[in-house]
Amino acid sequence: MKPAPFEYIRPHSLIEACSLLAEDEDARAIAGGQTLVPMLAMRLARPAKLVDIMRLPELAGIRSEAGAVIVGATTRQAVAEQNVMIRTQVPTLARVLPWVGHLPTRNRGTIGGSIANADPSAEIPLVAVTLGAEIILATPDGPSSMPADDFFIGPMLTAIAPGECVSAVKFPVWAHKNIGVGFFEVSARKSDFAFASALAQVALDDEGRCIEIALGVGGIGDRALRLDVSSLVGTGLDAAVVADAILAISGEMEASDDLHASAAYRRRVAIALSKRAIEQARADAAAHSLKGAA
Amino acid sequence: MKVELKVNGVTRSAEVEPRNTLLDTLRDKFLLNGTHAGCEHGVCGACTVLIDGEPVRSCLMFAAQADGYEITTIEGLSPAPGELSVIQDAFCETHGLQCGYCTPGMILSAHALLQHNESPSREEIVEAISGNICRCTGYGQIVEAIQFAAERLQGSNVPRSKPAQHKQSEVEHDAPEEGILEAAEADAPTEAV
Repeated sequence: MKPAPFEYIRPHSLIEACSLLAEDEDARAIAGGQTLVPMLAMRLARPAKLVDIMRLPELAGIRSEAGAVIVGATTRQAVAEQNVMIRTQVPTLARVLPWVGHLPTRNRGTIGGSIANADPSAEIPLVAVTLGAEIILATPDGPSSMPADDFFIGPMLTAIAPGECVSAVKFPVWAHKNIGVGFFEVSARKSDFAFASALAQVALDDEGRCIEIALGVGGIGDRALRLDVSSLVGTGLDAAVVADAILAISGEMEASDDLHASAAYRRRVAIALSKRAIEQARADAAAHSLKGAA
Repeated sequence: MKVELKVNGVTRSAEVEPRNTLLDTLRDKFLLNGTHAGCEHGVCGACTVLIDGEPVRSCLMFAAQADGYEITTIEGLSPAPGELSVIQDAFCETHGLQCGYCTPGMILSAHALLQHNESPSREEIVEAISGNICRCTGYGQIVEAIQFAAERLQGSNVPRSKPAQHKQSEVEHDAPEEGILEAAEADAPTEAV
């Protein structure tokens, strides 16, 4: 369980980091290292060079922009979990973070690292896909960005090119008043890789009708999936209506088999968790609405 | 490459390879053998140390990444050489350890929890040690030890935020070589046997 030798470089600027990553195809970026270091220890990864981006000032910080919260790539998961801006404006991210690894790994693991790692069962990519976040990349030619849905290609596979690194994630903030979130996942033990997970965010008007809804499922296939449940807009999100809407889109839930669970099981769980997540989000939004009225 | 690390309040330097983890550096270079090597890939929590007061896995961090932080190992928790912290004492009293392999990690995780939360619920204690695997004592007594320590700390007059670290002179006095004397002595083969 000892990594093979490598060269360690800590660049002083993002431009320097990108050129180091671009000039050597055996170079890998390291930030929190909570997935990369075990891979090095097991020698599943053997980069010749590690480029440490953790302390680059360009990648740090959480800031608010019109209609979005931009989370710097090296924001530690434990810091994001406690951040007031994230808790109030990106409640789905705050909701899933306690399920990401364990506290000691969240103290080192970063938001950008989880995005770049693209584990199909990971919670942070699920939030990005469900909300339609933008992944902001640093490239040798300057910043660029792409929708999360285009960024994630498959298991541990992203659209990131050599010489690029994730610099931030831009999470959209809904302007509605009564927003609620719901999240469930099933795994062998808490904090293990999820066999299936579902995340929902809904906005209700003062009469309790749905005005906007986003639903995503993770863990079942190659990558997190955003599901179109816009047919539920205008309804009161009653259980029967939600069940029908989920049944109608269940064909899109492409699942795969592995040692832990069959594809059929994963789909069944994803369907059940989707219903529960929407119900939890509805109840959460309704509670906000009551609080607002009081 | 040369690294300078601040461990238990003392700045120390060591010559390391980039691939040397913080765990191996603490154990092999500084002889701080209280930090245990378990799975060495981030699963078991035996290697837990505190970085700026927060628990992290020292096997998932390279020594080269650890400069500039306040690193606290189990050796840094005791108020003085040969004495036990309140949490360590509570583990003894409630039989919160059997083989002792997971214990340093458990105690450091508990220490970080009790720094933030004076009266944690059972659920909060379970969550705080959920990243630490125990394979013999049983979690029941470990949870009990942390509850007991929390009660004792609440009744204690010692300020909670008291930094748990030795003074430079103390460490030098206590450890002619490096690290903690008892651990090194206990591990060394004796001629009398």
